[in-house]
Amino acid sequence: MKSIKKILGVFWIILGPAAMIFMAFQAWDKVSKAEAGIAQTNTALQWGIILLIFIPIAIGLVIFGKYALAGEYDKLPENSEEL
Amino acid sequence: MIFKALVLRCMSSTTKPNSIFKVIGASSLGTLIEWYDFYIFGSLASIIGAQLFPADAGASALINTLAIFAAGFIVRPFGALVFGRLGDLIGRKYTFLLTLVLMGGSTFLIGLIPSYSSIGYAAPILVLILRLVQGLALGGEYGGAATYVAEHAPKGKRGFFTSWIQTTATLGLFLSLGIIVLSKNLIGAEAFADWGWRIPFLLSILLVGVSIYIRLKMHESPMFTKLKTEGNISKNPLKESFSKKGNFKMVLLALFGATMGQGVIWYTGQFYAQSFIENTCKIDFNDSRYILLWGIAFATPFFVVFGAWSDKVGRKWIMLTGMLLGIVFYRPIYQLFLDKSDVTTWNTSSILQEDAPIITRLALHDKGDSLITTSSKISLVNGASFNKVLVDTVYSDSAKAIGHSKEIYKDKVLPTSTFWLFVGLVFFQILLVTMVYGPIAAFLVELFPTKIRYTSMSLPYHVGNGVFGGLVPFIATLIASFAGSTPLSGLWYPIGIATLSFIIGAVYLSNKRDENVND
Repeated sequence: MKSIKKILGVFWIILGPAAMIFMAFQAWDKVSKAEAGIAQTNTALQWGIILLIFIPIAIGLVIFGKYALAGEYDKLPENSEEL
Repeated sequence: MIFKALVLRCMSSTTKPNSIFKVIGASSLGTLIEWYDFYIFGSLASIIGAQLFPADAGASALINTLAIFAAGFIVRPFGALVFGRLGDLIGRKYTFLLTLVLMGGSTFLIGLIPSYSSIGYAAPILVLILRLVQGLALGGEYGGAATYVAEHAPKGKRGFFTSWIQTTATLGLFLSLGIIVLSKNLIGAEAFADWGWRIPFLLSILLVGVSIYIRLKMHESPMFTKLKTEGNISKNPLKESFSKKGNFKMVLLALFGATMGQGVIWYTGQFYAQSFIENTCKIDFNDSRYILLWGIAFATPFFVVFGAWSDKVGRKWIMLTGMLLGIVFYRPIYQLFLDKSDVTTWNTSSILQEDAPIITRLALHDKGDSLITTSSKISLVNGASFNKVLVDTVYSDSAKAIGHSKEIYKDKVLPTSTFWLFVGLVFFQILLVTMVYGPIAAFLVELFPTKIRYTSMSLPYHVGNGVFGGLVPFIATLIASFAGSTPLSGLWYPIGIATLSFIIGAVYLSNKRDENVND
């Protein structure tokens, strides 16, 4: 199980930026296809908010993967004092 | 009586029955009202848009985007940080009293905003500000209520006691839908659209008033009081929660291994189901709400069942089983919605009555072309009915042929047996919600120490529930816009996120319960 946790850690590290690249591409695609004017501003605003909130989440996923790779989750704390 | 007996049996010798009833009642009532306040805005968004937003569709959409996206996705997690920190510094009681006042006050004030025709752009700006305050307050409420109840709960019964808090989100939705349907039926659709939509907002002040009165009489959490007396409260909860590796890694695990999956299961089972039934299956406004109301009514007790069960078998596998069942069954369930709402499969040969068609003409730009809409209501012997709509384009240029559209069936009232089948399918989805959501408060509380618990558990909860869950409608619609997509394609988002969360939870989470949260 420990090795599965570590191998998956690499996957999470890759998944974070991959998801952001996919979302950035979608944002660019949808904004460029929106009708010029207020509709385009609206689409840009929606995607801007989504990217803004997902960037820290993606960074969090990379850190999670890094911890998993480093074996931080091999043994979870038994109680709060071990945190 | 049964509940009272059950609670009494579960009590430890150190917890007085009356006080634990008060703790659960006061916390749950306030949280329920906060969810109610948050949902009535969403449920009445189109009417609010018509009354308080400019008629210009573009500007209106822009304000709507800010109100929905900013309140749900930015302000809610921000509220979790702000009030979580406050709760760990000054205490749980005063913090979740403050969130209740903010939520109730802003909801009441939305009900008082004059229309756009009276005060112009001040109306949508006020809506936006008050909606942001709602998001902020919601971000702070849940963590406080869950922490407060958990810190009163005896060992081994934490899942059972906190599960009452878990019922509030669904009951808040139930209450909001119920009050909206009731008000609309009492005063009529026209009056409701004109002024009656304000009733659910104004009513909030009464509910909040009662809840504040009850909460004011309560004492601070015993664990927080002990920490404060000993001078051990955190000086900087945000720093301790997110810059200390030991704690931060658990925040990440809680988010990716539990709350992320819980959020999409929650939103799919309730909001997406209702939206799909109403907009994709074209079921009548009232019927689609009644289906959800019955589903919620039957499923809600299971929050407590799974919460209590998690005290015996652990939290992990109950939550993950809920996710797994969603992953496996969502597509068959929604396919069944589509198949059974297809009017051509109903017994349309037994027509009871076909009303005279209503024909409307809409002029298109200045070239003289127009759209002719022919709508006729058809009632069947088995109690079902629907509107058959046909749209034709008539060109001013007589050389062009009339353009016919496909027949559309909408405002469908389902045959009784199909109605109850839909209730059963929604019930099953909400049952999955109860599996992932019932034990999660106890699970989150047990992950973190008392002095930074409010802060540490609030953020992953609101990112998981608010962001991943809240984005279900948006991303599902986005996926449905891809080339080659089907009406079921949108489900890939909740299925994908739930799968990811299931894998992370199964591999990394522990099923062990921390019996002692007094640390």
